[in-house]
Amino acid sequence: MSASMSPTKVRIATAWLDGCAGCHMSVLDLDEVLLALAARIEIVFGPLVDAQHFPKKVDVSLIEGAISSQDDVTLAKEIRANSGLVVALGDCAVTSNVPGMRNAIPVKRLLERVYLENTLTNSMVPSDGVPALNRHVVPLHEIIKVDVHIPGCPPPPAVIASVLTQLLDGRRPELPALAKFG
Amino acid sequence: MTLAPNGPAMTQRIVIPHVSRIEGHAQITIDLDDDGQVADARLHVTQVRGFEKFVEGRPFYEMPAITARICGICPVSHLLASAKACDRIMAVQIPETATQLRELVHYAQYVQSHALSFFHLSAPDLVLGMDSDPAKRNVFGLAEKFPELAKDGVALRRIGQHAIELLAGQRVHPTWIVPGGVNKPLAVSARDTMLGELPEAMTIALRALDACKALCAKFPQEIESFSNLPTLYAGLSNDQEELRIYDGQLRFRRPDGTLAAVVAKPEDYDQYIGEAVLSHSYLKAPYFKPTGYPDGIYRVGPLARLNAARCCGTPRADKELQEYRQVFGAMPQSAFLNHYARLIELIWSLENMRLLLENPSILDINVRAHANTNRSSGVGIIEAPRGVLIHHYKVNESGAITWANLIVATGHNNLAMNYGVKQVAQSFIRNGQVTEGILNRVCAVIRAYDPCLSCSTHADGRPAVHIDVRTPDGTVVQTLST
Repeated sequence: MSASMSPTKVRIATAWLDGCAGCHMSVLDLDEVLLALAARIEIVFGPLVDAQHFPKKVDVSLIEGAISSQDDVTLAKEIRANSGLVVALGDCAVTSNVPGMRNAIPVKRLLERVYLENTLTNSMVPSDGVPALNRHVVPLHEIIKVDVHIPGCPPPPAVIASVLTQLLDGRRPELPALAKFG
Repeated sequence: MTLAPNGPAMTQRIVIPHVSRIEGHAQITIDLDDDGQVADARLHVTQVRGFEKFVEGRPFYEMPAITARICGICPVSHLLASAKACDRIMAVQIPETATQLRELVHYAQYVQSHALSFFHLSAPDLVLGMDSDPAKRNVFGLAEKFPELAKDGVALRRIGQHAIELLAGQRVHPTWIVPGGVNKPLAVSARDTMLGELPEAMTIALRALDACKALCAKFPQEIESFSNLPTLYAGLSNDQEELRIYDGQLRFRRPDGTLAAVVAKPEDYDQYIGEAVLSHSYLKAPYFKPTGYPDGIYRVGPLARLNAARCCGTPRADKELQEYRQVFGAMPQSAFLNHYARLIELIWSLENMRLLLENPSILDINVRAHANTNRSSGVGIIEAPRGVLIHHYKVNESGAITWANLIVATGHNNLAMNYGVKQVAQSFIRNGQVTEGILNRVCAVIRAYDPCLSCSTHADGRPAVHIDVRTPDGTVVQTLST
């Protein structure tokens, strides 16, 4: 494996479970600040980089999205086992939010509605090489211990910047007043 | 790296469990025959979220805010398609300035989304190289080696996102776009700020286009093998067949350039588009109904839009379009050229932002129509950055959703992406010889489509090139990673 280890940089991972990528967009909305942060941090895992396994000894993992399938559960546990701090980033990770709106509906009915009733050709529920959905979508802290919760749909870039800066300074972060649900 | 055949008569299966640097989660399976040649390859989209079902019972006016959560990359697209469907349910003609403001915010979204696709997601392949170190093959690695290019990408995306913020109040999931129009007129100061940022954006976009032209010469085999096939092309255009992204008619064009269909009004879409289920994917596969399934394969997105339209309709973009067609023909087919087409559209979007901002009527304060439920159904069609997006709702007499159908941009390309994965695998994998760089190319054909799999499916943060070699019964016999 050729992944470079930079001991002087804080190792950060990001992950995207059942969410819309909006929280990741809010991280990118740090704009030039993100390029400046690159001197202090190394993104070792996440949708923006090509790392193939969740690495060992990650300092901070930012997780976007709720838990909705067994794949999500497995990854969440892998992240917890290999991360110093786990941050639930955004309302889906914190409360399950919009993905949780399906919880009132049995999975079978949901899938029949999408793949049988709405479709005229080859009507069937896909099952070849695709994971089954869990009965309920749940927030991250129901599956693993979460150290920091950042609400928001998405959290504003300034809130993410504030939390990241406090973490980089070695402090347990306090949420700025700007942080709110929705 | 060679994958040794696992016994004389046994085929091999290569699995790429996580296609990286795309907006969503997908897996690719490649089956090799006894001689180590590619027999088949397929794209699996591995999650579904069920928006079409769980929105039942919600008041229609909640739909823009709910469906925006399908995608945080192009929330403006869902907000617009949803609001247009709601306008139809209300049976209102929205104020002219509201239409202009919706168009403006959509062009701004094209700027940020196309910048993300080119600079953050695909430039690492194109500039650092398909075979470059996977640990550095990302936007941060790009920033180390080509800092000016990475800065350009960050700045261009910022200008697009900032325009959305100035118009709509926030960058991701704004609440400004509502059924009947928008909820606030444009302030003079916001207009002036946007106008002030356009020249920098145009300079960057033109620089990126020049770079892309030079890069195209370096990827002949990729151009030859990235979904290089004749299909129908679909996109919105106006009566003069100029490119449109907010309104216009949906046109289907054949690979020889002749028109296959013009969808007269949004409600007619289902006469032309059917949907099939693929057993191996949660992403459904739309097809052109008059031709039938699976031959009615068609594509959407930048390449398809430029093929479906006669021209862009703005001077600089049309000059670039002419040059592009001189080099690659009037109806280019390779998905690789999406990168080039995307940058022409970026220039076109910036030209249109200027036209809209310089029109004094953009500041008019009449921006919203009010009405209740006046129709039992509504369809909204727009061009998301990745292609045609359709929202179709039915409501009861009190305006609660009773049925919804969403056809997202990436779905239209599903059949072509599957074809492309197989084509590029067949072109590069010979005699069982597989390298990380080859598998990265298989992922890159998907990246060329800039798929938004979070749109109505799901996303998972696990990227990778990680190969499981399995026997036909699925047992893993060997695991390779780079």
